[in-house]
Amino acid sequence: MSDITKQSLSELIKNIKDKKLSSTEVTKAFVERSENSKDLNAYVTEDFSAAIDKAKKFDENPNLDLKLPGIPMAVKDLFCTKNVKTTAGSKILNNFIPTYESTVTQNIWNEGAILLGKLNCDEFAMGSSNETSFFGCVQNPIDKDLVPGGSSGGSSSAVAAQLTPITIGTDTGGSIRQPASFTGIVGLKPTYGSCSRYGIVAFASSLDQAGPMAQNVKDCALLHEVISSYDEKDSTSIDFKRNKYSKELTNNIKGKKIGIPKEYRVDGMPKEIEDLWKKGIDYVKDCGAEIIDISLPHTNYALPTYYIVAPAEASSNLARYDGVKYGFRADGENLIDMYEKTRSEGFGAEVQRRIMIGTYVLSSGYYDAYYLKAQKVRKLIKNDFDEAYKKVDAILTPSTPSSAFKIGEKTNDPVSMYLNDIFTVPVNLAGLPGISIPAGHDAKGYPLGLQIIGKAFDEQNILNIAYAMEEKINFKNKITDWWIK
Amino acid sequence: MSKDKPEYLINRKDNQYEVVIGLEVHAQVTSESKLFSTSSTKFGAEPNTQVSLVDAAFPGMLPVINEFCVKQAIKTGIGLKAKINKRSVFDRKNYFYADLPQGYQISQFKDPIVGEGKVILDMPDGQKEVGIERLHLEQDAGKSIHDLDPKNTFVDLNRSGVALMEIVSKPDLRSPDEVNAYVKKLRSIMRYLGTCDGNMQEGSLRADVNVSVRRKGTKDFGTRCEIKNVNSIKFMQMAIEYEANRQVDLIEDGQSIDQETRLFDIKKNETRSMRSKEDAHDYRYFPDPDLLPLEVSDDFIEKLKLEIPELPDEKKKRFIEKFKVSPYEATILVSDNETSNYFENVIKKSDVKLATNWIIGELFAALNEKNLEITESPISAGNLSKLINLIKDGTISGKMAKTVFEHMMEGDKDPKKIVEEKGLKQESDPKALEKLIDKVIDDNREKATEYKSGKVKLFGFFVGQVMKVSGGKANPQLVNEILKKKL
Amino acid sequence: MSIDLKTIKHISKLSRISVDEKKAEKLAGDLNSIFEFIEKLNELKTDNVQPLTSVAETTLKLRDDEVKSKNLREQIIKNSPQENEDYFVVPKVIE
Repeated sequence: MSDITKQSLSELIKNIKDKKLSSTEVTKAFVERSENSKDLNAYVTEDFSAAIDKAKKFDENPNLDLKLPGIPMAVKDLFCTKNVKTTAGSKILNNFIPTYESTVTQNIWNEGAILLGKLNCDEFAMGSSNETSFFGCVQNPIDKDLVPGGSSGGSSSAVAAQLTPITIGTDTGGSIRQPASFTGIVGLKPTYGSCSRYGIVAFASSLDQAGPMAQNVKDCALLHEVISSYDEKDSTSIDFKRNKYSKELTNNIKGKKIGIPKEYRVDGMPKEIEDLWKKGIDYVKDCGAEIIDISLPHTNYALPTYYIVAPAEASSNLARYDGVKYGFRADGENLIDMYEKTRSEGFGAEVQRRIMIGTYVLSSGYYDAYYLKAQKVRKLIKNDFDEAYKKVDAILTPSTPSSAFKIGEKTNDPVSMYLNDIFTVPVNLAGLPGISIPAGHDAKGYPLGLQIIGKAFDEQNILNIAYAMEEKINFKNKITDWWIK
Repeated sequence: MSKDKPEYLINRKDNQYEVVIGLEVHAQVTSESKLFSTSSTKFGAEPNTQVSLVDAAFPGMLPVINEFCVKQAIKTGIGLKAKINKRSVFDRKNYFYADLPQGYQISQFKDPIVGEGKVILDMPDGQKEVGIERLHLEQDAGKSIHDLDPKNTFVDLNRSGVALMEIVSKPDLRSPDEVNAYVKKLRSIMRYLGTCDGNMQEGSLRADVNVSVRRKGTKDFGTRCEIKNVNSIKFMQMAIEYEANRQVDLIEDGQSIDQETRLFDIKKNETRSMRSKEDAHDYRYFPDPDLLPLEVSDDFIEKLKLEIPELPDEKKKRFIEKFKVSPYEATILVSDNETSNYFENVIKKSDVKLATNWIIGELFAALNEKNLEITESPISAGNLSKLINLIKDGTISGKMAKTVFEHMMEGDKDPKKIVEEKGLKQESDPKALEKLIDKVIDDNREKATEYKSGKVKLFGFFVGQVMKVSGGKANPQLVNEILKKKL
Repeated sequence: MSIDLKTIKHISKLSRISVDEKKAEKLAGDLNSIFEFIEKLNELKTDNVQPLTSVAETTLKLRDDEVKSKNLREQIIKNSPQENEDYFVVPKVIE
């Protein structure tokens, strides 16, 4: 059944529940397609034979009451998976096999899903193109030599190329939404505190959130329902009443007030992005929503703020990779020599760069000027959203200022790479939920995404808006399977 | 009291120097599990057997704070008469070391859980108040072992993540004796509260000692040096003496003192510089983004106040007022909860004055000799009480009591039984004594005549003779009385 | 403002990452262009703004004082680069 991998998650679940397909058939189909797609370099670790064994086991005694019954799934290699190598895209963790499972992946397995393998990502999730991975860049299935976005580049590529029906990524500054936008899929960054960070290799603790990536909004809602949970093992996890996101999903958004922030009309934004945004506004109007112009005055300060806060936290979070307890160790004459060589050889250039930035902004004499300043501006950025949400229910923006770029195009210019996250970063700084949905194509036929930003804990609302828009947009991803020989 | 205080000064030629000392005491919080993880804090386990994934800083592991440790810190703050901060923040102190698995220590930098407080010291010349600057919670590090292998250092993370209270004093201490009194008082308060066992051998109490010197009479502080991680009061005192003299010598020599961290070498009895300047630490403190600010309510604090037992200062006051013991005796009796409990149990049924003397005198000496704590005393409070009553009612003499006491120290026996078994009972029957005394006078007629003619000194001779004849059992008081009548 | 090689050496030491001259120069260039972009924050007056540390608008949860983690020595040491049954092993520390 060659069209198995073309089915959405919802279709696969229905077919398994109706006993039209077995978990083994589904798993084998995705394994086969994944094996034929090695050129995409989406996987870091394949766990295919174990996946098929688990599928067989599931079929022996299938529990069809589960939300993801026997569904195979590959996940970003930032989630620790018990007894399966977890690298975070880094040489420094190249040999690391956790003895524990992240809460988010555990939630997924508890609902009957089966691990296919671990997906490539930027090293420690630091990147917007997947080019910083120790395991090499990932190809965007849209076109050869095109980046899949980052840091969840393996994840976006794998969903778009149908190597996995659905996946999870992590988003610190746009790492779910930007790659989703670049590959024509749906990606949700939940409210900070919605999904547990326990067992996820940390990049910037105050910004990191795990979230679902899927082919459509409904699948995305279902996976979010599975992964979002209150977790006592994460002190920043928030105990709030979680919706049954997929069951409560509705395309009725009549009367919803949608804000359009003028500051997102940035200089040099391509016309096709501008046009896409206008189209998006028309779609939500068509659905009966009300458009309201709003202002988020500190938008332009979000990226500089992010490039202080995130590296500062990262410089400290990554101090544990020192060659003592696990991971790569370089030989050294003494302890300090070992540390310096291990970290110099074990981390890639971008990670080292960010550790340096973070160390600098926290160092004595600079803390107030940089780190404290950034925390204050972060407050202003959050205040902007708080103000806006007195008037609107959600905010509509483009996901990215451009479509996917070529591999190597921005590698020598870190700032231009960072600018790619201009629309996504403010959402992380304010801890809000944001979803990117595919909304059209540029002249080259590359997908473009729109972002809907919600109030904290209001994932249901932005999923509903996305669901309503998705119907109107009727997006078709242009995938030619060029990489399959 | 207008006694001059005996000052601790360092004298050189024409100059006298005062020593200024501040202490950062690291006290291990008494708790079952660690500050941010659920592994055990028990002392003496096999290496790396009490290490969770959080303690070893595995990727994706997160800290979750132990409520009991928070309560312990607040209780200690209450015991130090300190301000409890309803909002405090955990920061990361970043540095690399083999026994610091996260590459940072979670501590409290800007906003500690406890603010300013005070400790009262009982010095021989009166009381002295020492200011407390702050108390904060932090994680302990693991242990590096350098002598198991010639080329390598071994790391044991059992201690990694154990909760510590860092108690920072103001620079109010002026002598090694005051440091001794301060650490003992702090230890005593925490033991009363049950917040730290104060066991220095097991490393439950260590201190960083800040020392500076200044010319007597000047007000500005000198440059201070910090002597790291000293784990006994004796070493603290030795280190201070050495360090203060070293600094004075430098000043006298016209040299300046570098503000630096120093290490006390026990074997050489000297302090030496720990780190060269270019490796100076920049800890890059910032709020730990894995934790939120710690907020406690008034209600939470009030409930803890109800759990605070009577502390040494209040107990001392009560002992003096109620039992009429001297301030000196009271200080000793309240030095720890176990001693004061013992004392109060003894005096339930016996004379306070005798009990005080026996506890502070005989009992402490005997325990000291056997290196025992009062909780390990072979003599129970009940039996010591019985012994005191035997003295009080004249059954035995004080001298006999010492013999009985010695027997009691060998095993907690009822003193009455010992008296019976050893035939130590005092002869207090006047008739029997009269008979004895008549015989002694009869045997020493000449001396009796001499006494009567004015040689009163001979009285002692007669007492001695009576005691001798009675085999030491005659009640000396009665012997005195009867002899006086008869002679 | 510009970040010179001496500063790069200093922060590389603090972050325990060795850098040679060539790498230091590259880093200095990169960091200068990044900080040029970061300096934009100086346009804003923030004297009266409270810094935001966490967006999680909740208070710290406190857990019970219970020992749940058992002896994990084997698990913990399994991944360590230098084999030893009981300890983590590092090259000799020179004080």
